[in-house]
Order: sequence, then structure tokens, then C-alpha cells
Amino acid sequence: MPNPAITVNLLSKHYKVPVREAGLKAATKSLFRRKYNSVKAVDNISFTIQPGEVVGFLGPNGAGKTTTLKMLSGLLFPTSGIPDVLGFQPSRRQADFLRQITLVMGNRSQMSWDLPALDSFELQRAIYGVPSPDFLRTRDEFIELLDVKELVKKPVRNLSLGERMKMEIIVALLHRPKVLFLDEPTIGLDVTMQRRIRQFVEEYNRRYGATVLLTSHYMADVEALCKRVIVIHNGKLLFDGDLSTLVDRFSAFKTIGVTLANGFGSFSQYGEVLNQEAGHVTLRIPREKTPEVTARILAEQQVDDLTVEDPPIEDVIEKVFAQKSAEV
Amino acid sequence: MKRYIDFYLTSMKIAILEQIQYRAQNYFYLVGVVVEPTIYLVVWSTIANQQGGSVGGYTAGGLAAYYIVWTLVRQMNVVFTPYGWENRIQHGRLSMELMRPMHPIHTDVSYFAGWKMVMIVFWFPLAAILTLIFKPTLNPTWLQIIVFFIAIWGAYLVRTMIFAVLGLITLWTTRVSAIFELSFALEMVLSGRFVPMTLMPAWVQHIAYYLPFQWTFYFPINALVGQPTPNQLFTGLGMQLFWILIGLGLVNLIWHFGIRRFSSVGN
Repeated sequence: MPNPAITVNLLSKHYKVPVREAGLKAATKSLFRRKYNSVKAVDNISFTIQPGEVVGFLGPNGAGKTTTLKMLSGLLFPTSGIPDVLGFQPSRRQADFLRQITLVMGNRSQMSWDLPALDSFELQRAIYGVPSPDFLRTRDEFIELLDVKELVKKPVRNLSLGERMKMEIIVALLHRPKVLFLDEPTIGLDVTMQRRIRQFVEEYNRRYGATVLLTSHYMADVEALCKRVIVIHNGKLLFDGDLSTLVDRFSAFKTIGVTLANGFGSFSQYGEVLNQEAGHVTLRIPREKTPEVTARILAEQQVDDLTVEDPPIEDVIEKVFAQKSAEV
Repeated sequence: MKRYIDFYLTSMKIAILEQIQYRAQNYFYLVGVVVEPTIYLVVWSTIANQQGGSVGGYTAGGLAAYYIVWTLVRQMNVVFTPYGWENRIQHGRLSMELMRPMHPIHTDVSYFAGWKMVMIVFWFPLAAILTLIFKPTLNPTWLQIIVFFIAIWGAYLVRTMIFAVLGLITLWTTRVSAIFELSFALEMVLSGRFVPMTLMPAWVQHIAYYLPFQWTFYFPINALVGQPTPNQLFTGLGMQLFWILIGLGLVNLIWHFGIRRFSSVGN
């Protein structure tokens, strides 16, 4: 088995944050005696990621996702624990390490606002010392994959948010990094653009075997790209495993959709009726009873069609946070 | 080394392309820059004329030369300021720059070097107008001209280092404006920006000699318009090199400790 691309062992980041009450009196008092709170942004988390894996890093706002990504990319010094990324200690920020990784933040730009993206691509080539033939090949490949042949000639300021994001992705990957830290890469984009970016990341991972750690509030991103997810909340790791296992563990119910041949019927005896209209019924059934209830419906009702589905992943994640918060 | 040369040339090209986009703004900026030395020039020329034609060894024509060359040196001295550092840290741009496999100071030095290429082209017509109006006296030797062209780039690097050192304090304080203003006030008095150093009291000149400021304004201007000896010219270049090296050392030292405290705020 190859060495993991990313190894995180008991990684923590604590911030000392000054606090005071509102008002002039408190402000004056704080001049002489400052009070601080220690915030555990990331608290003793551990995980490993194998080369080529695409892992979803999930958690609510303030959970510690971005702080972790920043420590893994060398932007922040950990309070304790030394992560290992591609055999490097990120906080040392060695040039050889930085040439092999990239960090894409959905709300940050690397582009020159006033120039066509092609000029920013050229600057990126020089920054990373990419040989010209390799650069041209990669650039043209990415332009084709994202279908932006005409857009790259327009000044970046004239592009839409989604178009700009495509350029950001290209510029961030021109040096063909082995590890991608993607922090909300599809934030604010419409569904079509989100899908395009997802497909591109998927294709990049397939072609170059890159390791991807992705944070996103759009579960469609996670479902499409990540077999494995890591869930973090209040700086602590709550779950690390397959997305399907997460759903199994934290979803006690399944949803059964029934399309009726005769258009009506009584279903409350099978489970909770979520919706019933125009010959279609949606039921919520305890997970363990799903096979039995499905068989009963098929035997007792005139069914045209029947579907059994897991609940939306958003609901599952919400449940994880709610359950674990209650435990804490 | 080859990679850095490629990066510097590319970054300078990008800066030129960006500045060409804003040619009108740059021209107005340059006109604004010319106002400051023109005021100094009018004041000191008047004083020189009232004192029988010269002041502090400068004739009216000499002062005109001093302040016209000043306008070029001022352009060469435009560097990435502590305000820029403050801004890049507060708005999260430093985070993106830290992801690059090179120190952000390379971006600053190369970008502003490219910016100067555009500004120098814009400067020529303004310098021609000032020359027609104020009739400067300028008779440099070839050695003075050569040293001047080296010294204006030396001045650029010395000032870059001073402001980078101040700007890096932002890694601790997040705001550095007050310190910058203090440094700016010192520079006005001790650099030759306000008046030629020879018009200052002897004790001020003595202090200024051991500080970096005069090597960014007075030395390059005087190298062209004054009558320095070859020894003074080479000493001046040596002092510039000394301050560049001191600045580099300080930048590295502050960076080493400051970057550990960087909290990547604003993003």
C-alpha cells in the first residue's frame, strides 16, 4: 500500500481571542486588563487520506473545516500535532511542497481583475516554473474541458461569478498539483455551473490521480465526488467513513414512494404519510421495517410503481450535527 | 535563478499591461506628483534669488535640476507600502500569495518594477515641460550618469526593504498606519525629499548619513545634479547595498517569526 497522501495525527489549533462587553466603560477597562477566550477551532483530530482519494470534509459554519485546510496547506501553524502532506510538514512551507498542492477558496481570487485570464495563466506559469510546452498543453486541455475558449480572452472583471470560478480553478491547477484543497469551490454558483466544476474536478482526479479534500455546503458536490466523508463539528471529528455508512448510521428512516394504479388508498397503517396527492403517496418507514412494509404494500395495494430511497443527504448531515451536539 | 528571472520578467510584463489599462489615471497621478516638488522648487528658487542667486550651494538652475530629477527618483521610489501589507492581510490576499512557492516580496518588487516602466514613459513629457519652464542647470559626467542609473534602482530596493519591514509588523498588529506615518515624517526630513540635505543643519545631515532614508532620495539625485567625487559616488552605492542587505536580513527575521503568528484573518 502506498504511503498516505495526507496524515493528520492529533491536530489542534487554538486561538486566543480578546473579549469584552459592549460600551465605553468596558473598552476603557480593556485598555488596562484584557480578557481572552481560548477557542478550540480544531481539537485533536486524526485521519489519513490515500493518494487519489476524493474526500468530503463536512461540518457547519465554524466547525473547523477551513482552519484544518489552512493547516494542511501550510497557511497556519498548528497549536499541536504535525500533519504530513506528501511527506512534507506543511507549516515549513517548502517550495517543493507548495509546488505540489493547491488551495482553492471559493471566495478568493488569484486573477488579475483588469486583464484577460490568459495573462494570469501566464503569470502562474512563471510563478511555478512550469516548462512552456507542459504549460500550454495543460492550459489548452483545461480550457477545452471547461469550454472557456472565448472567455479566457475577456478581462476577468467582465466575467460572471461562475465564469470567474472556472478561471480560478484553471489557474489553481495549471501546475498540476498532486493534492487539491478545495474550500467551497462552488459557493454562490448556479446548479449548471456547480455541475461543470464538479465534472472538472472529477476528471482532474481521474486523469492525474490527484488527492482531493473538499469542503462544500452543497451536498450535491459531496454526493457526486466523494465516496468517503469526514464530518467535523466544534473542532472535533464526528465521523470518518463511507458516505453510505454515514447514511446507514445516522438515518433511522427510509422514504417509500408509491404510485397507485387506482389513484387512492389508505396508507397510514404502513407508516408516517409524508405526502399523498394525485395517486402518489410518500411514506417514512423505520429503516429495519423497510423490506417488510414494502412487501405488504405490494401485496395489499394496486401499485403501479414503488421506490425506496434514503433521505436527502442534507437531512442526514443535519441529524449527525444535532445528535452529536446533544451528546456533547 | 533562471526561474526567478522568468518570473520577474513575466510579472513586470503583467504590471505594464495593467497600468496601460489605466493610462489616464496614471497620468493624473503623475501630474499630482509633480505638484509637490514644484512647490519646493518655487519656494527655494525665490529664497536663492533673494540671497544673491544661491542657497546652500545650489543656484536657481541647480535647484531646478534637483527637483526635476526628484520627480523621476520619486517614481522610482514608489514601492509596495505598509498600507498595502495591511490591506493584503486584512482582506485575505496574503493567504493566496503564501500558497505560491516564492516569498511575496518577489511579487511586490517585480510588479512595481514593471509599473515604473510605464511611469517613466509618462514622465518624459512632464519633465520636458518642467525643463522649459524652470531651465535647470545639469552637467553630469558619464560616471555620474552611470551611477545615477544604478542608484535609482538601489533606492527602489532600499525603500522596498524599509516599507516591507514596517509592513510585516502587520502580522502582529493587523494595523500599521501609525508606524507608517511616523516613518513617512522621518523620511520627509531625513531623505532629501523636502529639501536637499545640504540645506539641513549639520547635525541633521550627520544623523541622516547613518539612516537609510537619504540613500533613497538625496543620494541618487545628488549623484546626477551635484558635484560628488567618484569616492562619494561609490560610497553611496555601497551604503545602498548595505541598507538593502540589512533590510533583507530584517525582512527574513520578521517574516520567520511573524508568519507563525499569521492568523489568516478575513477569510
